[in-house]
Amino acid sequence: MLYRTPQYRIMGDRSLLVELGNHIGIDVNKRVRELFTTLKLAPLEGLVEVIPAYASLLLIVDPLKVRLSLLQKEIQHTLKTLDPSRIPEPKTVDIPVVYGDEYGPDLEWVARYHDVTPDEVVRLHTAQIYHVYMIGFVPGFPYMGELPKTLVTPRRETPRTVVPKGSVGLAQAQTGIYASQSPGGWQIIGRTPLTLFNAAKTPPALLQMGDQVRFVAIQADEMARWQQ
Amino acid sequence: MATVKTLEILTPGPLTTVQDRGRVGFGRFGVPQSGAADTFSIRIGNLLVGNPENDAGLEITLMGPTIKAITEAAVSVTGADLQPMINGEPIQMWRSHLLRKGEVLSFKGRRSGCRTYLAIGGGISVPVVMGSRSTNLAARFGGLDGRPLKKGDILCSELPAAHLKTEAITFDCAWIPTYATEERLRVIAGPQDHHFSDSSKELFFSSRFRVTPQSDRTGIRLVGPRIEAREGLEASILSEGVAPGAIQVPGDAQPIILLGETVTGGYRKIATVISADLHLSGQLTPGNTVEFVEVSMDTADALMREMEQLIRQFRNKAAPHHLPN
Repeated sequence: MLYRTPQYRIMGDRSLLVELGNHIGIDVNKRVRELFTTLKLAPLEGLVEVIPAYASLLLIVDPLKVRLSLLQKEIQHTLKTLDPSRIPEPKTVDIPVVYGDEYGPDLEWVARYHDVTPDEVVRLHTAQIYHVYMIGFVPGFPYMGELPKTLVTPRRETPRTVVPKGSVGLAQAQTGIYASQSPGGWQIIGRTPLTLFNAAKTPPALLQMGDQVRFVAIQADEMARWQQ
Repeated sequence: MATVKTLEILTPGPLTTVQDRGRVGFGRFGVPQSGAADTFSIRIGNLLVGNPENDAGLEITLMGPTIKAITEAAVSVTGADLQPMINGEPIQMWRSHLLRKGEVLSFKGRRSGCRTYLAIGGGISVPVVMGSRSTNLAARFGGLDGRPLKKGDILCSELPAAHLKTEAITFDCAWIPTYATEERLRVIAGPQDHHFSDSSKELFFSSRFRVTPQSDRTGIRLVGPRIEAREGLEASILSEGVAPGAIQVPGDAQPIILLGETVTGGYRKIATVISADLHLSGQLTPGNTVEFVEVSMDTADALMREMEQLIRQFRNKAAPHHLPN
């Protein structure tokens, strides 16, 4: 639920966790984005880092410039005076994906798990728009949801030690993209040729929280055309 | 600014990376802070050679590299005691030294601590990526091509000659941290301490945990009595942002002190190391033990101010020695 009154918790002497709810849902996450965007447009003195997540924001300060008790008061005030109509609309991004075979080694398993064909998994995955809840785990990795009920899939029992960059995976009701090669336990159904994280670019990540994502199935021989 | 080749890596050691105070402000893109695991040592090291506190230096892990000077430079070694030497002669740590062209800096072996810092006058010139020169090893960016140093690497510095001076300066020995094999870290409870029963919390605060060899820059992994969450709670919490020093307790009930390489996580945090002790976390070595002492926010704040005051005093003391020639 979306809390009537946010919960404030301290994480050490320089970080304040602002919890706006206690579940994964668009309502709470939208509120997180409203507060996050407001703080970005009008930064508070001494606030050096804001990490938005599903239902919370972690605020990290320079403790020589602001005390957490004062920051909490300022956040309470910001939340009271926040005008959602002034928050810019999120962007919609098409993500091309080559599904199956070497690019989606778990597609067959996912199809069998749900007792459908691999083509049906692809159809379901590309049939809707996903909300980017947060970026985390590794730089540029988007946590997106919700998957249709018929695609809710458990993680792999044994995580892979190497998941290639661009891999598109499923884990419970979430879908995500490995922005760089890393270990991981999501069920990999495809791969995108797009670069999700480039440290040299501004902004470094293709997606930001709140963005709306649509997956588009492409053929392997089309990958090069999409590579930036 | 003119950059000059200053150091050649003859042997790199097991893990030597370029780090500064870290990368802040990019957490929303999933980018962690990285940076020196012990920022106190790198800040003092930089001041000793006349650099701004945030310049990049080398973070050296457990065993030293051997490094040859290509040109004359001011250097300092702070943090873990790996017994630094110049041309085989022991040198004092927490002090500035002149490294002459052709001289070799090496390390005899570890005596205490985990990470030692080499600062050089003029810093280490690598591109600034998202406001920092720190190496992010997992995502492979920052520092020197996002990787640990290897044999044959050449490091450059900005105008090293401007940092040479006749009189060496030393950091007051009364202020030099000692890295105990039985460490005590002061913490503030939370943010999820309410997910643990009183008896679990009591066990956490009364036990000694051993640092395991699986510890690295992402976290100090501990082994000790099982710190169980309350019954009936789910295995994990909603992923949320995390700060360096947060002590998470995953499903195996063994705590992990997070350092600067994690930006979000879904494990509950029983407590968080205070700013004034965070640098000591970065010096914990496999085999060490650690216990946690709960302090109040006011105490943590006062200790942080005391430490910042100490660094400020040293900055003022060091500055006159570094007037431009």
